[in-house]
Amino acid sequence: MNVTININGKEYSDDVEPRLLLAHFIRENANLTGTHVGCDTTSCGACTVLVDDVPMKSCTMFAVQANGKTITTVEGLAQNGKLVPIQEGFHEKHGLQCGFCTPGMMLTSVAFLKKNPHPSEQEIRWAISGNLCRCTGYVNIVEAVKYAAEKMAEAQNG
Amino acid sequence: MIPAQFQYAAPASIPDALALLQSNPDAKILSGGQSLIPLMKFRLAQPAMIVDLNNIGGLDYLRDEGGWLKIGALTRESQLEDSALVREKYPLLYDTTLSVADPIVRNRATLAGNLAHADPANDHPATMLAYRAQVVATGAKGNRTIPIDDFFQGLFATSLASDEILTEVQIPAPKPRSGGAYMKMERKVGDFATAGVAVQLTLDAAGKVEYIGIGMTNVGLQALRAKRSEDALLGELPTAHFIERAGLFAQQDCDPNADLRGSVEYKRNLVRVLTMRALEKAVARAKGNG
Amino acid sequence: MAEAMGFGHSVKRKEDARFLRGRGNYIEDIKFPGMLWLDIVRSPFAHAKIKSINKEKALATPGVAAVITGADLVPYKLAWMPTLMSDQQMVLPVDTVMYYAQEVAAVVATSRYAAADGVAAVEVDYEPMTPVLDPHKALESTSPVIRADKQSNRIWHWEVGNRAAVDDELANADVVVAEDIYIPRIHVASIETCGCVAKWDPVEGHLTLYMTTQAPHAIRTVVALVTGHLGLMEHKIRVISPDIGGGFGGKVPVYPGYVLATAASVLTGAPVKWIEDRTENLQADSFARDYHIHGELAATKDGKITAMKMGVVADHGAFDAAANPSKFPAGLFSIATGSYDFQKAFAEVDGVYTNKPPGGIAYRCSFRVTEAVHAIERMVDVLAQKLEMDPADLREKNFIKPEQFPYKSATGWEYDSGNYKGALDKAKAMIGYDALRQEQKEKRAKGELMGIGISTFTEIVGAGPSHTFDILGIKMFDSAEIRIHPTGKVIARLGTKSQGQGHETTYAQIIAEELGIPEDDVAVEEGDTDTAPYGLGTYASRSTPTSGAATAVACRKIKDKARKIAAYLLEAREDDLEWEKGKFFVKGAPDRAKTIQEIAFAAYTNHPQGMEAGLEAVDYYDPPNLTFPFGAYICVVDIDRGTGQVKIRRFVAVDDCGTIINPQIVDGQIAGGLTMGMAPALLEEIVYDENGVNLTGSFSDYLLPTAVETPKWEMDKTVTPSPHHPFGAKGVGESATVGAPPAIANAVVDALSHLGVTNIDIPITPPKVWAILKEKGVAL
Repeated sequence: MNVTININGKEYSDDVEPRLLLAHFIRENANLTGTHVGCDTTSCGACTVLVDDVPMKSCTMFAVQANGKTITTVEGLAQNGKLVPIQEGFHEKHGLQCGFCTPGMMLTSVAFLKKNPHPSEQEIRWAISGNLCRCTGYVNIVEAVKYAAEKMAEAQNG
Repeated sequence: MIPAQFQYAAPASIPDALALLQSNPDAKILSGGQSLIPLMKFRLAQPAMIVDLNNIGGLDYLRDEGGWLKIGALTRESQLEDSALVREKYPLLYDTTLSVADPIVRNRATLAGNLAHADPANDHPATMLAYRAQVVATGAKGNRTIPIDDFFQGLFATSLASDEILTEVQIPAPKPRSGGAYMKMERKVGDFATAGVAVQLTLDAAGKVEYIGIGMTNVGLQALRAKRSEDALLGELPTAHFIERAGLFAQQDCDPNADLRGSVEYKRNLVRVLTMRALEKAVARAKGNG
Repeated sequence: MAEAMGFGHSVKRKEDARFLRGRGNYIEDIKFPGMLWLDIVRSPFAHAKIKSINKEKALATPGVAAVITGADLVPYKLAWMPTLMSDQQMVLPVDTVMYYAQEVAAVVATSRYAAADGVAAVEVDYEPMTPVLDPHKALESTSPVIRADKQSNRIWHWEVGNRAAVDDELANADVVVAEDIYIPRIHVASIETCGCVAKWDPVEGHLTLYMTTQAPHAIRTVVALVTGHLGLMEHKIRVISPDIGGGFGGKVPVYPGYVLATAASVLTGAPVKWIEDRTENLQADSFARDYHIHGELAATKDGKITAMKMGVVADHGAFDAAANPSKFPAGLFSIATGSYDFQKAFAEVDGVYTNKPPGGIAYRCSFRVTEAVHAIERMVDVLAQKLEMDPADLREKNFIKPEQFPYKSATGWEYDSGNYKGALDKAKAMIGYDALRQEQKEKRAKGELMGIGISTFTEIVGAGPSHTFDILGIKMFDSAEIRIHPTGKVIARLGTKSQGQGHETTYAQIIAEELGIPEDDVAVEEGDTDTAPYGLGTYASRSTPTSGAATAVACRKIKDKARKIAAYLLEAREDDLEWEKGKFFVKGAPDRAKTIQEIAFAAYTNHPQGMEAGLEAVDYYDPPNLTFPFGAYICVVDIDRGTGQVKIRRFVAVDDCGTIINPQIVDGQIAGGLTMGMAPALLEEIVYDENGVNLTGSFSDYLLPTAVETPKWEMDKTVTPSPHHPFGAKGVGESATVGAPPAIANAVVDALSHLGVTNIDIPITPPKVWAILKEKGVAL
């Protein structure tokens, strides 16, 4: 089947089997390898991308279902080479170690902060509970999200 | 883990979807897909055809209408979670939604799919039993309404015909002095319930229980109604004595299996404890303190 | 110009730039034109005869290029491969499968999807056999011997210490306690699974193996040893370990998939990629722990511990494919004397074959030290309970005192440095220990269950020294090669391999500290055997103790030469020069100075006649001893009497890893380690059914904690430098994983100790706790 998916502002068209997972389309067909796959059971969230601005586990969607949709992956976060607040936060607060879960964590956080710009620690912990991290113990990921929230609030208040 | 091959169709209307289902008896309906797609990846499900409802417009609604909360087939869990109406007026549904899988899965998963999949471990079936909800099944001959007590027919089985689509879930609007709560024991976020108990109740002016619904998750081949527990409370003041009795009945009437989540004895006791706690919380909420 | 920061600074990580942008280069990201995919057929039985394998349907599946079975490997002598423990392991079985999910055949195809279809189409006819699953029963004389090539299910017996003296003490002591403690089988479950891309060049006879390995150099040597008979020589093998999505010990062993991909690349002439699924990863890759421990302590009435005895039955699965130094089949379990001054100690371990996957690797720890620490920290609490002493007081009474270091233990280790009371005092103060004990007393009176658990652990990390430690005969040194370019910029290459620990930053900080060159000016490379100096890799918290030391020593060699060049440039005598971070100056004339950058430029443009040009050094560092990081952890738990749920209310961790290079990275390692310590204490366990089928083979049932289950850790440090390390560092990546489980277990047992509970095996799950509450009559 022919699909056309807009990923990070660029259209990718290909003839794919219906069973092709969106995660594999992104990684193999679009060659955007920042989206990772860490499990078979929709548990780990390493494959999280934004589909029309909503975080989804791209291993649990078929590429054909994303036909005509707009997707943001980790490669689409930084704008004109400049890191966005969540990326800055992960860097400043040491929110990543091996980096494998980081793209999914950041995309989840970006969407979460849009919904809830001033989250509590507990709200952040619940918000990222669909993304597993094995390295950090989450402490600094939570700090990174807080950092991004503050940065975004500052930018808004001018 | 790679799914087997299948044919894929994403009809733009319910009639088109029904026609596909009629001509392809082996087809599976895909809504949120958060249960089905993992099963397909493990090749535990190998449908010849997938009929994807996601391209049908207008199915993702949430309406307060004629004494019912009406929820469309494609309404995502996260829509329920974000709805002030659900949070304020349907605390049981709100609790339940928040306990389903994890926040990202809930962006995709649907309430209707959660019911139609009929996994006894799913959270919404027990909650719908507690609400005495009903579902609308749409087939070639039109719509029929199925009371929730007639809907679940055992493990992964419902009274939906293979060429019917669950198009709407209807939850009766609670009367004043109503409250509800869902208590779920899970090993971690994203886990199925070790056991879960859903309670919905309404108190009369004197504080006696005038409506009660109690459903139980993952302690039987399907979501179970705790009938004797309900009867024990109906018409009574929800005192510690009656709450305890209700808990004991639930403990006796559930039918769990031993597995990694615990022994039969453990789960039965858990059902008792969760029933009592859910009742206490529901009562508090009915009284405006929850 | 950026400033050189050096030690004690939370320099932001250099490696983040690529990871934050999705530009990491993990194994699955590596692609080549014409690349094939390999997928694996796995056994549904724990023990079975293979009657036949029918490839026909698989070969007829669109896209399938080849199907490889054990029989196909026999002519090449590749059906078996050696393990790190001098055992052998099947790559593919020829006639008998030995464990559930064992590799049975490999399918090579043009895509991942076609390979999966091919796997589904391979028909294997099995004749199931009774599996031997219980290691205790496996040791009985009536048990079938599961390995056709062995005489017994007992792999080895290992012991250390003075058995007679210990037995004598146990027989005559005032007080003796004994306890059976099981530390279950668990899995590291890094979020990235294992995989490789094997690229065989038939013209050059050259193999490039991109591989998720923590030890690329050792792997290259092993590949050369295994395939030498086929003509593959070490200079024709290049192992590249790209960015690694978490290792924790799980990426030390060689798995059959790597060998199969390599064989498939040679067979097909195409690059072959193998990426395992999570399910395969959890079910077949090396496990950790699985130690059945019997512990005994002898003590005086007033709490002086006089002897320790530990006996272990270690379930190793079907092959002894543990990852331990050659002379240590039970790893460093003999560190089970912990932080305590025991005059008499004895430990013995029996390794046992069962029909389970092979392993026995570390899970973010140093060679069985977690098992040792859990055993002793639990046993000390058991004794405290018996003596009705506060467990903090009992520990204090038995600690090795600061003035006793270097301390020689009864099992033969020489502890480098420590201040155990200092760490414990700090942890007690942070958490308000005395007030908590008071609260516990009041809660008990009301029937509420609250517990306080302590763990005062000592780790043993940083192997070598090489006279004691080797892997398959390769000595456990490690290396650094540092080259200063003419403009003063640096490339540093090391024998270790980061998997998230932040080596690119930490090593740059060591160079900044030693040479005064800004971290920004240092490029750090690891993981390519063609470019990096030989080293044993990263595991067992050995990178800073070994390659970190090598980096410092290499820098000092460079500094020696730089001094000569500076003397020449400044027309001064070498011993008239003084070093200040980043420059040499003439004593008493600080403006007569040459910066390291100026010296570097001169090394290529204006060096003294007769001196070799360039400014670089290599160091292969053989540590004189291990390092012994330590810490004091205190955990407070509350127990729900209705559900059996344990809730960690607070957890204070005071760690001492000696000199701290980057405080933020150190804290990150500890927070991560605490979480990986909490996980097996409360959630994680590999469970088999009575047929040997893995019931926890996916993330649905193998339970990694999310941010919600993870408590907010409270962390602090003491600093007791290692006296023998060039800059006093000890290694920290794993301390918390080692120290945390007994703190949690001790807290739960403490909550129930007044009911006579002396031990609960981890993971301490709600049903397990509830069953105890029920038995003791306190369940709601």
